[in-house]
Amino acid sequence: MSVLTVEKLNVTFRTDDGAKHAVRDVSFTLNNEKLAIVGESGSGKSTVGKAILRLNSPSTQVRAERLAFRDQDLLTCSEKAMRTIRGQHISMIMQDPKFSLNPVVSVGDQIAEALRVHRRISRQAAREAALDMLREVSISDPEHVFDQYPHEISGGMGQRVMIAMMVIPEPDIIIADEPTSALDVSVQQDVLDILTRLIEKKNISLIFISHDLNLVKKFCDRVLVMYSGQVVESIKASDLANASHPYTRGLMESLPSLRHRRATLPVMTRDPAWLAQGGAP
Amino acid sequence: MTRSRYLGLLRKLGVIAITLFGLLTMTFIIGRLMPIDPVLAVVGPDADSSTYEQVFREMGLDRPVWVQYQYYLQAMLSGDFGRAILTGSPVVDDILRVLPATIELATVAILVGVGLGIPLGVYAATHRGRLGDHLTRLITLFGYSTPVFWVGMVGLIVFYAWLNWAGAAGRIGFAYDGMFESYTGFYLIDTLLSGNLEAFFSALRHIALPALILGLNSVSFLGRMTRSFMLEQLSQEYIKTARVKGLSERSVIWKHAFKNIRVQLLTIVALAYGGLLEGAVLIETVFAWPGFGQYLTDSLLMGDMNAVMASVLFIGLVFVFLNLLSDVLYTLFDPRTRS
Repeated sequence: MSVLTVEKLNVTFRTDDGAKHAVRDVSFTLNNEKLAIVGESGSGKSTVGKAILRLNSPSTQVRAERLAFRDQDLLTCSEKAMRTIRGQHISMIMQDPKFSLNPVVSVGDQIAEALRVHRRISRQAAREAALDMLREVSISDPEHVFDQYPHEISGGMGQRVMIAMMVIPEPDIIIADEPTSALDVSVQQDVLDILTRLIEKKNISLIFISHDLNLVKKFCDRVLVMYSGQVVESIKASDLANASHPYTRGLMESLPSLRHRRATLPVMTRDPAWLAQGGAP
Repeated sequence: MTRSRYLGLLRKLGVIAITLFGLLTMTFIIGRLMPIDPVLAVVGPDADSSTYEQVFREMGLDRPVWVQYQYYLQAMLSGDFGRAILTGSPVVDDILRVLPATIELATVAILVGVGLGIPLGVYAATHRGRLGDHLTRLITLFGYSTPVFWVGMVGLIVFYAWLNWAGAAGRIGFAYDGMFESYTGFYLIDTLLSGNLEAFFSALRHIALPALILGLNSVSFLGRMTRSFMLEQLSQEYIKTARVKGLSERSVIWKHAFKNIRVQLLTIVALAYGGLLEGAVLIETVFAWPGFGQYLTDSLLMGDMNAVMASVLFIGLVFVFLNLLSDVLYTLFDPRTRS
């Protein structure tokens, strides 16, 4: 059985200028794999991630034919049941550790808290577990870092703390929402390596939300391409070269290459028919 | 302690010194600009001109202004604030005598303000746009914009005249005056220490109404500020992180969002408390509360400049001290200010 099932997910924002249909009929299933959701800004990829955890603002309307973690329905379950899902079964790595870590709580306490929410363990045991987790994300001096505050550590270190915090309850699914885009290029790969190593070791499924097709094709198993709130392509990462949808092909052709010299990069022409067509082929 | 922290402390002390110097200068200037004849206040309207001349010279008023200023600074720095005309005793003694009444009133009021205002603000922020939020905003707007003397009079009519729940003027019923030992000057504590429960309840009945009315003002101010501080924090990314972890809404609010507004709250609570110590003038008048506000008003009306200037200086000192205190607490609660 799939870990996560999404069938015809629709998300509508109510704004002052009327309703905005941000996600249209998105369907996919997640197995034990690394699934990438790629798309440009505003394509609805982050909104899908938030909808799975039911973290959209109250004015947002989320509808779906089915949205389920294993056989538990996420749309109709109580807020209390949802809280046992969050963190324990599905967690999420946010984009920028500068904003996503609490500035007045020490790094170690934030990691330990993620564990203590779901397990009845002593403060000391949680501290030990957090220290172990810091070691696992390749922080060399965990005792020292444990008592530091977010403003005292670098962005790359912050994101490793974030990973530690989300992996420590050993969830089944991690949604990573652009986890490396706010980081310095030189540390992006390190952070990505740590993330992939940990999820493989702990057998965690990954939903990797990104705008970087080049990046995801290197380490993800499958790619969903979103355009204007719809999934226009669902394809194996290794098959991306043979993508069928003109938008995906356009994106692939726009990638600069070191090997082939080209006079200009092609400009993508957007066909209004893409919007009407909808759904993955 | 590191070198930079020593420097920071030195700078803070320097700022305080400059502030106090500015304060002394301001009070001196105010003293000279006031359309009150300080000599007349001493000798009275019936004094003959030779007496007037003599006092005029004794007060140094025949000297150039900068010499007067120098004398004034010397006197202030040596702690000599002169005598109050009204009571004939040193101004410092007067202030120390009336202070406990005001501190007691202001403290009860700020406790009400903090105890009700902050939870109310948090509630409104977490129920934004719903009925509770609108009601809170309406009530706090009322409390914030209605003059205390008006609420005071209405309160007296309703709770004293009609319902007879509250005590009338003063700090305690006449029957209990002097019936208990004065340990601290705070009636609520002294009556308890003396074991005189009846006197305690009398003091409680007397302080309840003025403290609640002053408190209502603090509730409104602190409630509105708390609400906007909380709203700002609740829209931050780290709040989403806390929810992703599976924390209950209660933990998200108190362990994460509230922890981030403690510092801001401390600053405004300190300022509100300072405002209560100084600004209970109106409520002290309405309730005949023998405190600092009433002393200052009486002295002003009498043209008793020694008392007025010392009082103004004292208020300034209170604010400088409260600011210093909130600075210290700041570094205690916000790790970002420590490194």
